[in-house]
Order: sequence, then C-alpha cells, then structure tokens
Amino acid sequence: MDVFSDPANRDVYITGFLWILKLTLAGGVGALVLGVLLAAMRVSPVPVLRGFGTAWVNIFRNTPLTLIIFFCYFGLFSTLGLSLADDIDLNNFWLGVVGLSVYTAAFVCEAIRSGINTVPPGQAEAARAIGMSFRQTLTIIVLPQAGRAVIAPLGSILIALCKNSTIVGTIGLMESSNAMKDLINANGDAVIPIFLVFAGTFAVVLIPTGYAFGWLANRLAVKR
Amino acid sequence: MRITRLAATLGALTMALAVAACGGDDEGSGSGSSGAKGIEGKAAGGKLVIGVKADQPGLGLQSGSTYTGFDVEIGKIIAKGLGVPESGIEWKTTVSANREPYIQQGQVDIVVATYTINDERKKVVNFAGPYFIAGQDLLVPTNSTITGPESLAGKRVCSVSGSTPAKRIQTEYKDAKLQQFDTYSKCVTALAGGQVDAVTTDDIILAGYAAQDQYAGKFKVVGKPFSEEPYGIGLKKDDSAGCNKINDILKAAATDGSYKKAWDDTLGKSGTAAPELDASKLSNCA
Repeated sequence: MDVFSDPANRDVYITGFLWILKLTLAGGVGALVLGVLLAAMRVSPVPVLRGFGTAWVNIFRNTPLTLIIFFCYFGLFSTLGLSLADDIDLNNFWLGVVGLSVYTAAFVCEAIRSGINTVPPGQAEAARAIGMSFRQTLTIIVLPQAGRAVIAPLGSILIALCKNSTIVGTIGLMESSNAMKDLINANGDAVIPIFLVFAGTFAVVLIPTGYAFGWLANRLAVKR
Repeated sequence: MRITRLAATLGALTMALAVAACGGDDEGSGSGSSGAKGIEGKAAGGKLVIGVKADQPGLGLQSGSTYTGFDVEIGKIIAKGLGVPESGIEWKTTVSANREPYIQQGQVDIVVATYTINDERKKVVNFAGPYFIAGQDLLVPTNSTITGPESLAGKRVCSVSGSTPAKRIQTEYKDAKLQQFDTYSKCVTALAGGQVDAVTTDDIILAGYAAQDQYAGKFKVVGKPFSEEPYGIGLKKDDSAGCNKINDILKAAATDGSYKKAWDDTLGKSGTAAPELDASKLSNCA
C-alpha cells in the first residue's frame, strides 16, 4: 500500500471519490425530481403526457449510459454549445449530472409507478369522492404511500447510480476510474493493490448504503 | 460391474502411461535446448507477441486486423533480428495504462508503443533503446496564436488521462486548463470542434494526427518541443540478455538502412527526414 503513502497519490484517490460522491448526490436529486414528474405523467389522464413519459422511459432505459454521457459532451456541449460552467472540470461534472439524471430518471419513474400499483385503488377513488383534483389525489394521497413502498428499489437505483458515475470519466472528469488509471499508469508495479483499494472503497461505501435502505424500507413501510 | 472396473483400470493405466510419456518428452526437450530464457527463448520457438498502440496514425494504427506505423515497423525489425518470421508475430493492442502489467504478466513479450523510458517504469520493466527521441509539443488550429507552452495560460488543453503529457501540464503549466479524455482521437475531435484550444502529447504522435486526410490543412504542430521523451522497447525486468540483444538489432538496423526505411515508409511521409539513431544512448538495459 506504499502507493497511497505518497500525499500526491492520496490526493488523486480522494479527489476521484469526491467527484463520485458529488455526481451521485447531484445525479440522484435530479433523477428523483425528474423520475417523480415522469411517473406522474405516466399515470395522468392526459394522453400526450402519458406518451411523453413512456417515450422517455423506453428511450433512455434502453440506451447505454456511455452513449448518453458521450452525447452530453459531444452533442450538447460541442455541437449545440450548451456550456454549463467555465471551469473545465465543473462543466464536465454538470454535463455528467445531466446525463446521469436523464438516464436514472427512467428507472426511478418505473420504480415509483410500481409503487403506485401497490396503493389500493380505493384510496384514489375515496380521494376523488371527496372532491380532490388529480394533482391533489396524487400528491396528498397516492405518492406518499407509493414512495414508502419503493424505498428499497430506490436504494438499488441509488447504488447503481453511484457505480454508474464512473462513466463520466469518459468525458474527462477525474473521477475514481480515471484516478485509478492515473495511479496505475504511474505505478505499474502496484496494479493489484491500487485496484483493490478502489474496488474496496466502493464496497465500503455501498454495502452500508444498501443496509440503510433496507432498514428504512422496513421502518417506513405502509403496513397493510 | 465387472465392465466398469475393467474400464476404470484401463483408464488409469492409459493415464499413467500418458503421464509417463509426457514426462519423458519434457526431459528430452529440456536437455536439448540451449537454455535461453526471456524473449530469445520465446523467439527460438518462432513466435513473438508484440504490444503496440492501435490508435496512433503513423506510429501504431489498427485497421481491421492489420497494424501499421513506425512502431510496428520497429517491431518487425526486432522480430526479424530474433529470427522470427513476420507470420510468427502476434500483434496485441496496448494502451498507455496497461503496458507494464502486460509485460509483467507475460501477455506480451515486448512492447513497442510510444513507450517513454523513465525511472519509475524502469523499476518494473527493462528498456531497450531508445530507438527514437520525441518531445512533448502542441497541436493547434492553423490560425491559432499559441506559440508554445508559455502561451497556454487560460487556454484549454487536451490530453489523455493518466498520460505523462497530461501530468506535465498539471504540474508545470498550472495556468492552462486541462481537459482529459481516454483517447487522443477524442481530443482531436474536440480540437476540430473548438472546445479545446490545443492538444498536447509527443510531437510525432501529433504529426500523425495532423497528417490524417480528414484534418489536412486544419491543424499545425507548434514545433517547440518542451520535453524529451526517449521511446524504448519494454520487456521483462529480468531479461537483460534479451534487452542487449534488441539493442544490437537496433544498431544493426541503423547501419543497414532498415531503420531509415521504417521511418520513410511511415512517419517520413509527412516530409520529416529520418532521425539518426544514436547508438551511444542505447544504455538502459538493467
């Protein structure tokens, strides 16, 4: 492990994982907001919105994330000129967040839609019966119950998102996978230790995350 | 029941015989060979696995299943010097980050892939050569005002993540904004699109890109190298004999004209005259 006793190398390692953390958080928030909106569209009574939601899910769920991230740089930024920050790293970071959110939202949407199916139809009917609008029914009655049913699947999506964040390295952000490549290139004699430390870090962060979501899911489940 | 027992006995006998036969064979060939290890031993079998780059026009470029470029020609010269026919060479694509592991694990016998000799790498692998001395330079659009590394302040510079050129920009030219991709081709695409102001790596790699048909006349190499990158041929750390043998082959290639021919057939097409191979510098073997 003497590779990591060099402060410069430790810096590369820490920066790499900080980027992963930031990507996961920003991407997760983006995906959750977008995903809930998409789920609302998919169950709404308006055909156009339903179509839009279905199209989104089918397109992005079935496109490789690498392509989406790649498109964010060479399509959105290069060709269409969508610059999200002046700093190169920040710009790549936000482009990555856009790609991750757009992609992960498709999965969040499907998870929430399955949660909505666990809410007995009587709940929505009762809400309508006392005069609530579609929006009120969804936000006050259905979504809170649906949300509590899908905490475990959302946890899985978050874990996947965290690992997927490494793909933003393809457009040049010095996240963990690029940091690992950097260290391996400079320390060809320590490939296995470097690899184990990077893989291990993901395990150390993500295994407790998985358990935390499992615990939360048990705590908050709507007991029927 | 009896049949199975018979079969089992027969099977065991056959295996015992086979094992005995194998052992005998091994002993025979072991005492018969000259005892050469490393690449010389491998070459005696008429085969050699050579690691080259696959995405660097003029140096190591893969199209379909064939590789072309200066590094590839150097690889052929070495194979020939070791007595391996061209049909006995297996080319393997290496990228910057996997060259040392490939050599250590024995996935390749030698690496000829724009491989800069430096002290860190010498700790793990042996270097024959250098067969060429490159220098880090900048590739810019034809009408660019960048004249060298000192005019990079505030400019966007692209290089490959984890590479020596990228590291040099990070440590020595901190005012430049560094964009890193995993391949130089992405950098060149970004340069063509105007997202970066310059691409940096070794001059001959850049010359190879500038000479590509689709970019002809659009880019120029600044021509002020700001580092020295001696390209070596990587092989196993403990293979000193093989290393010295490659140096001998290189020396011979410099005098009999095959080195110059390798250059003229590949990078020489850009109009640059063949470099001199300085035999006094072939002193990196451990």
